[in-house]
Amino acid sequence: MSETQNLTLVQAVRDGLYTEMREDDEVLVLGQDVGKNGGVFRATEGLFDEFGGDRVVDTPLAESGIVGAAVGMAAMGLKPVPEIQFSGFMYPGFDQIVSHMARFRTRSRGRFNLPMTLRAPYGGGIRAPEHHSESKEAFYAHEAGLKVVIPSTPYDAKGLLAASIRDPDPVIFLEPKLIYRAFRDEVPEEPYTLPIGEASTRREGDDVAVFTYGAMTRPTLEAAEALAEEGIDCEVVDLRTVSPLDREAIVEAFEATGRAVVVHEAPKTGGLAAEITAIIQEESLLYQEAPVKRVAGFDVPYPLYALEDYYLPTAARIEEGIKEAVEF
Amino acid sequence: MSVFDRAYDDPVRVLDKDGEVVGDVPDLDDEELVGMYRHMRLARHFDERAVSLQRQGRMGTYPPLSGQEGAQIGSATALDEDDWMVPSYREHGAALVRGLPLKQTLLYWMGHEAGNATPEGVNVFPVAVPIASQVPHATGAAWASKLRGENDAFLCYFGDGATSEGDFHEGVNFAGVFDTPTVFFCNNNQWAISVPRERQTRSATLAQKAEAYGIDGVQVDGMDPLAVYSVTRAAVEKARDPETDRPRPTLIEAIQYRFGAHTTADDPTVYRDEDEVDSWKRKDPIPRLERYLRSEGVLDDERVAEIETVVEARVAEAIEAAESEARPMPEEMFEHAYAELPPELERQYEAFAAFRDAHGDEAFLEE
Repeated sequence: MSETQNLTLVQAVRDGLYTEMREDDEVLVLGQDVGKNGGVFRATEGLFDEFGGDRVVDTPLAESGIVGAAVGMAAMGLKPVPEIQFSGFMYPGFDQIVSHMARFRTRSRGRFNLPMTLRAPYGGGIRAPEHHSESKEAFYAHEAGLKVVIPSTPYDAKGLLAASIRDPDPVIFLEPKLIYRAFRDEVPEEPYTLPIGEASTRREGDDVAVFTYGAMTRPTLEAAEALAEEGIDCEVVDLRTVSPLDREAIVEAFEATGRAVVVHEAPKTGGLAAEITAIIQEESLLYQEAPVKRVAGFDVPYPLYALEDYYLPTAARIEEGIKEAVEF
Repeated sequence: MSVFDRAYDDPVRVLDKDGEVVGDVPDLDDEELVGMYRHMRLARHFDERAVSLQRQGRMGTYPPLSGQEGAQIGSATALDEDDWMVPSYREHGAALVRGLPLKQTLLYWMGHEAGNATPEGVNVFPVAVPIASQVPHATGAAWASKLRGENDAFLCYFGDGATSEGDFHEGVNFAGVFDTPTVFFCNNNQWAISVPRERQTRSATLAQKAEAYGIDGVQVDGMDPLAVYSVTRAAVEKARDPETDRPRPTLIEAIQYRFGAHTTADDPTVYRDEDEVDSWKRKDPIPRLERYLRSEGVLDDERVAEIETVVEARVAEAIEAAESEARPMPEEMFEHAYAELPPELERQYEAFAAFRDAHGDEAFLEE
């Protein structure tokens, strides 16, 4: 049995970077404040001392330059892990992400693949300034050529990050910063991977399937426990990867109950819940007992934090949504 | 004294517009000089034929290069075999020097993705269409080479308009900070579609932008292939040398002119004076090099005629090969999006294939 450590999610990210860099000299980290400072959230703490400034690189403050340089490095076979400090600052690099990161393999018929993993903390609830709280995974899930991974536990964070770094395709790895330090998990010291594109059942239940991911997994589980008291038994499925979606897991969990709720903090319109609802409708119409309920952020610009508690789905809102699906 | 120790507005020159020697002739043997001439003739003839194919509806939109052969062939010739070129979308001439078959360039502009798949051993990045977006790639790729101790040089092409883009700034700035073996080669052809060079920046030169990044910047007469070769060669050697006492990256501004349109989709007579075009045509890089080589006794009528024959045959052959290439198989759309087809994409492909089997290509294609 290998040794484990009791780690928070952000520590598990750091540990994932550490073990992958130790295993493979071609892995390197670049971004703003990732070096001596160890990252603004400490996700790269100690890596600079361990691996030196050539592999843990503080860059100029320029997101397009960070992503674009990583594209060039990856085209040459390195495995760069660029960090964008907050997902709200990915947009200066958006052209590099969608025009190049996503397309190099197709464009070159596979001669140049990009084994790069772009990490960014995303999501709300930390009382942050404007542009520091958005959840825009749907942008990237919409872009063919990318994979989009969002862990919700420390154990998953390390295993999925390792899998992303080793994946031959470019991965957008979004980290739910609300739960960076919310709880701890036993995380093996040794390197391990978890499969990209596989959902995980967090709670088993017979009455309704609730699909979620990232920071919303916790309030969803809370809601499920509260409803259990009232005799409503929820299956909670953590998608873990939003591109490609685990279609089989979605269909299987839905067909077992005929009722579904999708929870995400991203705005409702055009969000992943719409895609999941469409999958259910395409695959399992005859099992459907109720409309699929979406509990999501609103279609407004993310509010400053005095109002964010009203914006983000809470356990109470999720409970209400689940009841609607169950009682229809 | 280094070729980089000069005023930014003092372009390096070797031949004047009549092919008279006005600077230091680079150390190239006769075969290399004739090789450059042959490549320039090939690029020009290819370009004329490509425009004509587009006009006849045999090819899609195409960006012509005529007038820019001196800059393209002169610079690409300065690379060693292990070096890399990172193009924008107009560098068909430079790419052919690097060994990219003409047929592939034609296929790309005929809408075949395979045209952009540079073969193994041809160190050319795929065409990058969004302006200046390839600049950070060249920096990152050169950085990778430096980190691995390989120290190959990466020659990155872009136009005058690209120097206004954020990616130009970010890519060159990173190169300065990390001292990467990158040569930034600005094809200043005076016009970004219809917008003149003066509308891109108030800077007197584009070369002087290097100053802000702490790297070398130099102007060169881009209609003079020998001057372009000299200055690019110096920049490449400096890039490859980890011991150099100068910054490894260089910004070269090659002053030149595109004789034709930005692409076959625009009409330059709307925004440029014919007089201006004529004055630049008198600086044409091809007759200029030819006159020099004739005066040196390296070329004569017989040799030129022989080159013309070879060039025409090669282009005709490439066109025939490209036009007889079958339409790509539709599964190719799916094949390269990911290393392994994700399940949903596999389902989409299967549904598409079943529909195509049932209804045939007439359900998709107008013939």
